[in-house]
Amino acid sequence: MSGYLDGMAVILALNVILAYAVFLPVATGQLNLGGAAFQAVGAYAAAYISTQYGAPLPVILAVSASVSGLIAFVLALSILRTKGVYLVLATFAFAQFVSGVIINVDALGGALGMTVPEHVGGGPIIVIAGVVLVGVMLLMQTRFGLAMRATHDDDTVAELMGIGVRRTRVAAFTLGGVLAGIAGGLYAFYFNFVEVQTFDSLSSIYLLLFVLLGGTQTVWGPLIGAAFFTIVPELFRYVVANMGGASAGQLDTSWRFIILGIITVVMMVARPEGVVTRTGLGRLLGNRRAAPREA
Amino acid sequence: MDAAVVLALRNVTKAFSGLKVVTDVSFDVREGQRTALIGPNGAGKTTVFNLISGAYSADRGAILLQGTDIAAKRPGERTVMGLARSFQNIRLMPHLSVVENVMVGQHARTRGMMDLLTPLWLKRNRAWRDEAESQLRAFGLGTYPNEVTANLPYGIRKKIEVVRALMSHPKVLLLDEPAAGLNTRETGDLKDFLMGVAEHGVTLLIVEHDMSLVRSLCEHTIVLNFGLKIYDGPTASVQEDPAVLEAYLGPRHNAA
Repeated sequence: MSGYLDGMAVILALNVILAYAVFLPVATGQLNLGGAAFQAVGAYAAAYISTQYGAPLPVILAVSASVSGLIAFVLALSILRTKGVYLVLATFAFAQFVSGVIINVDALGGALGMTVPEHVGGGPIIVIAGVVLVGVMLLMQTRFGLAMRATHDDDTVAELMGIGVRRTRVAAFTLGGVLAGIAGGLYAFYFNFVEVQTFDSLSSIYLLLFVLLGGTQTVWGPLIGAAFFTIVPELFRYVVANMGGASAGQLDTSWRFIILGIITVVMMVARPEGVVTRTGLGRLLGNRRAAPREA
Repeated sequence: MDAAVVLALRNVTKAFSGLKVVTDVSFDVREGQRTALIGPNGAGKTTVFNLISGAYSADRGAILLQGTDIAAKRPGERTVMGLARSFQNIRLMPHLSVVENVMVGQHARTRGMMDLLTPLWLKRNRAWRDEAESQLRAFGLGTYPNEVTANLPYGIRKKIEVVRALMSHPKVLLLDEPAAGLNTRETGDLKDFLMGVAEHGVTLLIVEHDMSLVRSLCEHTIVLNFGLKIYDGPTASVQEDPAVLEAYLGPRHNAA
């Protein structure tokens, strides 16, 4: 049971890092539906380096993050010209491209995957997730963070105000690639095995859902979203299994995904801007209530 | 008596798919003056604004800001050089608080990575927020610093947009129909507000339909009609000008 909880904590930590990887571009108004692909790049880079060359773990991790970040940078330069649904499709296409390359390159194990000799325990992963969380929070409190949010709200006016909109977007997308690469590397070291199916489009969709349902307006949204989508399905696994045992014994645990789906739809209807919004957070903290309004 | 020319247009022309919207327009805006740009609907006023601020690029002609031709500069560069504008339909960032919106206006004055990548609550950065809040207070908007702008009344948001534009420390401020959508009381309020802005040494160029605001605020008026300049002189005599009367009321009135 303790092993199960440890495993859950690591998955949560990885999901938090990945949620922030997707949050950074989304915070500038760029939806990224290729989050898992950047994770795959980081994971395979880590797996390849540790099997072929071997190096201290932090070095491998830094290289994995750099490779993923570099690819994000090059991709951002070319696809951030597209907007809205076209950008989503471009990131999605990129994810398909990454899967295709991994499956067809023998050095990366193809469809069989790769075993990873190095191992890292849960503790360091949770610490790194904490560092990422604090780092992104600090970043969002800088003028660069303000520029990101301004770009998200109105890129024309942001440009007029002297903000380098394109530079801001490329930087945020690249930084997201770096974070996803770190999460990928950590994944490879923790599970000691990578296979391309892990980083499929469903994973990318989940990562985007963490952010969109958690809320993109504040830095807390991705954390809440990642925690919700990591913990709640597991809770349901437990609840549904017990319910099934009590009645007919027929209820499959996969029912939990139906419940999760319903909750997701309800959340989207009830809170289209995400669970955590700025006004909502302000009201919750009770500070500086809404100023008196004129008619 | 004449103050220095701070903004000048020289034979500026702009066509959209062959249709000339602005034709050979030239005018001077003098330092410290409050100038109105008026004209019937479709006269090209907002196009001229977009050409000056850089939203559109001119087909021909020069736009001189303090003697430097800015016609080929990007909008952000023009802001850094001393130009600022507001929009006809308010363009505040809806998810940013009032003070954050105003701080976005300071971006043109940031220098280097340290300004961008250090948290704004650090001591070295505290002055930014202090300045934004004191500017808001100076213009009677001190009550709202942390409110998200989407929740605020229209007239307040209009003023916040002007304060944001002022934060780049512009030489010239372009205001696109500041009184649109305001009632008489709010318009009077806005006039006092803009007088206050002008007293801070900012040159104003205003597109406006509300002639009472133009008369009470602007000493100088430029009139456009079908993309051509038809009047450039004191506001006091604009309504006696035959060409202006004809543009607004038709040729019959002029003959009568």
